[in-house]
Amino acid sequence: MKISVRNSAPRRATGELMGVALLALLILIVLPLGLDGFRLNMVGKYLTYAFVALGLVLCWGSAGILSLGQGIFFGLGGYCMAMFLKLEASSPEATKIQSTPGIPDFMDWNQLTELPWFWEPFHSLPFTLLAVVAVPSLLAFIVGLAMFKRRVGGVYFAIITQAFAAILTILIVGQQGYTGGINGITDLRTLNGWDIRTDGAKQVLYFVNAALLIGAVLLCLFVRHSKLGRILVALRDKEDRVRFSGYDVANFKIFVFCFAAALSAVGGAMFTLQVGFMSPSFVGIVPSIEMVIYCAVGGRLSLLGAVYGTLLVNWAKTLLSESFPELWLFAMGALFIGVVMVFPNGLAGLYQQYVAPRLARLFPRAVPRVGEVIPPPTAAE
Amino acid sequence: MASETDFLLAVEGLTVSFDGFKAVNDLSFYVDQNEIHVIIGPNGAGKTTVLDLICGRTKATGGSIRFRNQELTAMKEHQIVKAGVGRKFQTPSIYDDLTVFENLEISYPRGRTVFGALAFKRDAAVRDRVEEIAETIFLSDHLEQRAEYLSHGQKQWLEIGMLLIQDPELLMLDEPVAGMSVNERKKTAELLNKIIRNRSVLVIEHDMKFVEDIAHRVTVLHQGKILSEGSMERVKADPKVVEVYLGH
Amino acid sequence: MFEGYTLAELGSIFAMQGFAGLILFSVFVLMALGLAIIFGQMGVINMAHGEFMILGAYVTYLCSTLVSEYLPALFPVYFFIAMALAFVASGLLGMLVEWGMIRFLYKRPLDTLLATWGLSLILQQIYRSVFGAREVGVVLPDWLMGSVAVTDTIEVPINGLFVMGLTMIITLVIYTVMFRSRWGMGVRAVMQNRVMAGAVGINTERVDRLTFGLGCGIAGVAGSAFTMVGSTGPTSGQLYIVDTFLVVVFGGAQSLIGTIASAFTISQAQSTMEFFLSGSTAKVLTLLTVVAILMLRPQGLFVLKVRR
Repeated sequence: MKISVRNSAPRRATGELMGVALLALLILIVLPLGLDGFRLNMVGKYLTYAFVALGLVLCWGSAGILSLGQGIFFGLGGYCMAMFLKLEASSPEATKIQSTPGIPDFMDWNQLTELPWFWEPFHSLPFTLLAVVAVPSLLAFIVGLAMFKRRVGGVYFAIITQAFAAILTILIVGQQGYTGGINGITDLRTLNGWDIRTDGAKQVLYFVNAALLIGAVLLCLFVRHSKLGRILVALRDKEDRVRFSGYDVANFKIFVFCFAAALSAVGGAMFTLQVGFMSPSFVGIVPSIEMVIYCAVGGRLSLLGAVYGTLLVNWAKTLLSESFPELWLFAMGALFIGVVMVFPNGLAGLYQQYVAPRLARLFPRAVPRVGEVIPPPTAAE
Repeated sequence: MASETDFLLAVEGLTVSFDGFKAVNDLSFYVDQNEIHVIIGPNGAGKTTVLDLICGRTKATGGSIRFRNQELTAMKEHQIVKAGVGRKFQTPSIYDDLTVFENLEISYPRGRTVFGALAFKRDAAVRDRVEEIAETIFLSDHLEQRAEYLSHGQKQWLEIGMLLIQDPELLMLDEPVAGMSVNERKKTAELLNKIIRNRSVLVIEHDMKFVEDIAHRVTVLHQGKILSEGSMERVKADPKVVEVYLGH
Repeated sequence: MFEGYTLAELGSIFAMQGFAGLILFSVFVLMALGLAIIFGQMGVINMAHGEFMILGAYVTYLCSTLVSEYLPALFPVYFFIAMALAFVASGLLGMLVEWGMIRFLYKRPLDTLLATWGLSLILQQIYRSVFGAREVGVVLPDWLMGSVAVTDTIEVPINGLFVMGLTMIITLVIYTVMFRSRWGMGVRAVMQNRVMAGAVGINTERVDRLTFGLGCGIAGVAGSAFTMVGSTGPTSGQLYIVDTFLVVVFGGAQSLIGTIASAFTISQAQSTMEFFLSGSTAKVLTLLTVVAILMLRPQGLFVLKVRR
């Protein structure tokens, strides 16, 4: 028995690393070889949502904190990136027909005559890259600090994060002159002079994005296998017990919430780069809760499952809304209900239950595992 | 503030009220070094509330709780734990989804901050300590098992083990033998007698046989106040106690 | 922001905006009451609450169309029939949902939230397929049109007054049912201690179903009232759901009085600010204030301190 203590963890880790390798093989080699530029760009877009889903696996799956406001962080990351790109696209020469040249076009349309102060620092790329992660993390930190220190959790946290998503959307839409309003920030062209609209650039960005995602998966695996990861699971089960084992529980929740926010923000920034615009329609209540379903379909406890779930749901969404748009909401609704009532562990759970045992019989030595599946708590409170 | 005391734990004038209802009313008692102090009393006497107050789960309305002359009422739960107070809950409070090993490891007093926990390594010192504790609580053969599948008695032991690994100076147990079989009860008494060396224990228990076996001193609570205090013999002979509690 | 107005004008503005706020308040209260029963008493997060409300609105719209077509004589009073039908339709759908979905999820509030969100998507698409994507409105009978002049500068619309009166009556009825009737006592008993309530002979499953149905039925009535002051589209319900949840949480989920007080505060703050600031800024400020207060006082405005 004592021997197994020393050995089981490494074996599990090897299995998971093989799973990551398979994912890398798929998104770095198989898909780029098999898909045309247009479809590949689309997959790249889907993969940016996978960052959000990864964050949710840790935040919701492990720690039991359901945030319905991940779109906020995805959006903020995306907006930070978009602000930089927009400023670069709004050089005085490019905008000389405006009444105030040198500011973004939508500001000119809204009778602004000077760049707002908070846009100024986004002339700098290093600042922008920092802001992509720092701004959303800071917001998550403030929200987390206020809520978790006061022990607000469960459904209250979910509702309040949802309210934040609503507030931010209304704010962005209402403050057209500063944010581009409902249309968002569009017509983005170059990144430090490099045209991001060409097919070649899109391909490069796809690979950057895919590599970042693999990095994010590995980082999440590290967090989950650290003691911190086990503490998150522990506090989902018995928060008081963790507290009375000498931990300041709120700090752990704040950390995982900020971590999820930062991941989402990276996804958002990559979205802006690959798709070429950012708008409030990725921030609000509806996109935020849709991001939860990506994670749930993959299996809320499985990091790799979250990536596959995101790909699958978005692929289905594109397919259905191309041919049967009216069916999409039915399918989406059914997914929400099904994932809760029929297969709470999502794809990863199905894999564990049906595929893994067969694979294990075929290849008794090494079977990649799609994450570690722990049944969800019966009471999420 | 009250004067310095030699007691490990000094509770003085402790009061807490919930919307006017005084669950604990002007309560004072002391726990010595290496003493097993048992609190008994009928249901609703405020026993569990007293433990809640000491460990910071409930905030006192008035009075003081000093542990090694440190005021606990102003401290947060995790600070009280770090000061050396450990608490076991009435129903086994363990992490169902983690293994026995992981349950114990989380309680190991190192890497308790966020980044400490990220950097925490499962080294030989941790493993040895976990295995040592597992042996004490009769769970050596279950280290890799998920805690969910343990029996009720084993879960109680596991939680006691989680406290032991913290090595608290004051251990508070809320009905440690409730719901246990006779055999498990015997083993638990044995366990408690083994672990009280170098620490004080504050126990809430209903099982009189068990109390007689372990108690150095007994406090009888009734309606948030002390009814009687002293050795088991003295308390048992107290007519007030017989009337409200032991008589039936 | 006050410059350029005389004191009398300001008074009128506040009064008129206050009245507009009262109409918003009525809608909030009606929606929040149903939610307060479902969330406050049962602990279920019903994200499809807005869609139950919209069902009531569509039933009213159907009634208005059918009655004016076939029974024009009844047109002046069609609204009362519509309201009863809205209550029944939303209530029955609610009971069906409870039976098919909610009863499996009582101990998993976060999962209920997701499942009912899925339900709301499906209902929205059904509304869109049946009634079309465009917003529809009802024709008000003559006696509900126009307004009453209180002073030279202050006028109040009659349909607003009607909605307010209706809200008051419904609130009183619900209060009586929940807190003064034997059935309401049974409901509260089940919610506080399910096992014990079952042991003393209350059919807890039936109570659950009826309570959920009642909450949804009230949402249907809210939707019916809503048609008098606004038009209805497939996604109208979703617009209100966050506000309504904030109203309920802000009021302290278990307290009906709290729900009403918080609906009043939020609607008044929003409509008063709306006059001076843009609508979106007013809304952002209101929501931010509510969320900030909730962070300081997470248990809401009205709540009992209980022993854990």
